Amino acid sequence: MRVEHLLNYCRVYPCLAGMLLLSACATPRGTGDLGIIIERASGSVQVIETSQRTRLARISGLGDLSHASAVYSRDARFAYVFGRDGGLTKIDLLRGRVAKRIVQAGNSIGGAISQDGRLIAVSNYEPGGVKVFAADTLALLADIPAGSGDDQRRSKVVGLVDAPGNRFVYSLYDAGEIWIADMRNPRAPRVQKFADVGRQPYDGTVTPDGHYYIAGLFGEDGLALLDLWQPSLGVRRVLDGYGRGRQPLPVFKMPHMDYWALSNDTAFVPAVGRHEVLMIDQKNWKEAGRIDVAGQAVFVIARPDGRQVWVNFAPPENDKVQVIDTLSRKVIQTLKPGKAVLHMEFTPRGEQVWISVRDENRVDVYDTATFERLASLPADKPSGIFFTARAHRIGQ
Amino acid sequence: MRSVKHQAGVILAVLGVLWMIPVFAGIPLARQSELLYLLEQDCGSCHGLTRRGGLGPPLTAQALTGKPAAMLREIILNGRPGTPMPPWKGFLNEQEVDWLIHVLITGKTHAR
Repeated sequence: MRVEHLLNYCRVYPCLAGMLLLSACATPRGTGDLGIIIERASGSVQVIETSQRTRLARISGLGDLSHASAVYSRDARFAYVFGRDGGLTKIDLLRGRVAKRIVQAGNSIGGAISQDGRLIAVSNYEPGGVKVFAADTLALLADIPAGSGDDQRRSKVVGLVDAPGNRFVYSLYDAGEIWIADMRNPRAPRVQKFADVGRQPYDGTVTPDGHYYIAGLFGEDGLALLDLWQPSLGVRRVLDGYGRGRQPLPVFKMPHMDYWALSNDTAFVPAVGRHEVLMIDQKNWKEAGRIDVAGQAVFVIARPDGRQVWVNFAPPENDKVQVIDTLSRKVIQTLKPGKAVLHMEFTPRGEQVWISVRDENRVDVYDTATFERLASLPADKPSGIFFTARAHRIGQ
Repeated sequence: MRSVKHQAGVILAVLGVLWMIPVFAGIPLARQSELLYLLEQDCGSCHGLTRRGGLGPPLTAQALTGKPAAMLREIILNGRPGTPMPPWKGFLNEQEVDWLIHVLITGKTHAR
């Protein structure tokens, strides 16, 4: 049967179109090469696959998605999208639709899924704190207000990650604290608090083995480090005073610590207020050097094999992406994908990187060996890109 | 002679009013749309796309009630030490900042 005939039949018998769609959906497929792209201004996400580089679905009605992020269920079928307006949306990648959606706070920033895959934690700015939900139903299980000091003033919560032992770890931006919430009993969390970790922790992450939690500090030069194997040792400062007393440069977009960029025992982190990427020797947590880059780094992410580190920038350098070769510790490539590069995501083994170019309404796919642009997908003001490989990483 | 003076007075008064109205008319429409885009996207990355706040405070008309325009101009141009608010004077001139404050407070992109 020719396609036109089929389409004519569909016009006459609309149910036939539905049946064709259903049978197409019924074809079994895996989710290991799937992902989502956040379309921040239109409140929608695209479901894409990275093998053929195509769009599978577009789902709208997710609210304000500026600064939205996502984590995945352990079966990598569902994405949980955290919206700026407090929305938490569970998306069924295979059916290409919303499975469940709630609005759980006034203003939120991100979240994580627990080690056992049963809990979703969301970090909120307003009201400041963490809420924990059942991953299957999104029913509220625990509410942990981030109040501190004598007056229990609420703090904005940032840098929420999951850690082994069904724990969530996060930082209190206003109070300068790090908290560990032990969720082994989800309705009765046990919270361990660390005060005076440094001024204005802006984001945090864990090492890929879940051993260390690291918070980047905005209010001073340095990072706060917590050994999650031995939390009783307390939080210590690393890379203290890396600015060496020099006046910091203005930061037109806050840096992020999406995932700990590790290569051969050396970690790569954005400096705040310096146009540098800092290197940390993870054996002794001392500075291992620094690399000059084009501007204020926003994301500093390692290719999964650790051989390259890719960096994007705050305005006005946000049209560029630089690639650091981790062996020579030099910038080996400067790409100019276009105005407002917001995020980068590697395919699970790193042969491609997907880059969102907000103002060009495109997501570009680059070959990480040749730096050639392989494809370009239209997207409406794209921001975060999240692939299902995140389902199986500690920390997300 | 008197009428000439009178005319001059009228002209001055009219010019004065005209000066008041098109303070922002010096910003070409194309630049205005760039500024609105910057407000939504770049200010929005800390203050929210809908200006209801994020790491930075909300910038809704309600939230800005009672805040003097001169203070807002100073903060936008020169930043706010001790917070992540950077100085935007390299991106915006004073007239553009005043126009953005006008947009924030009135929700309108024109002068009246």
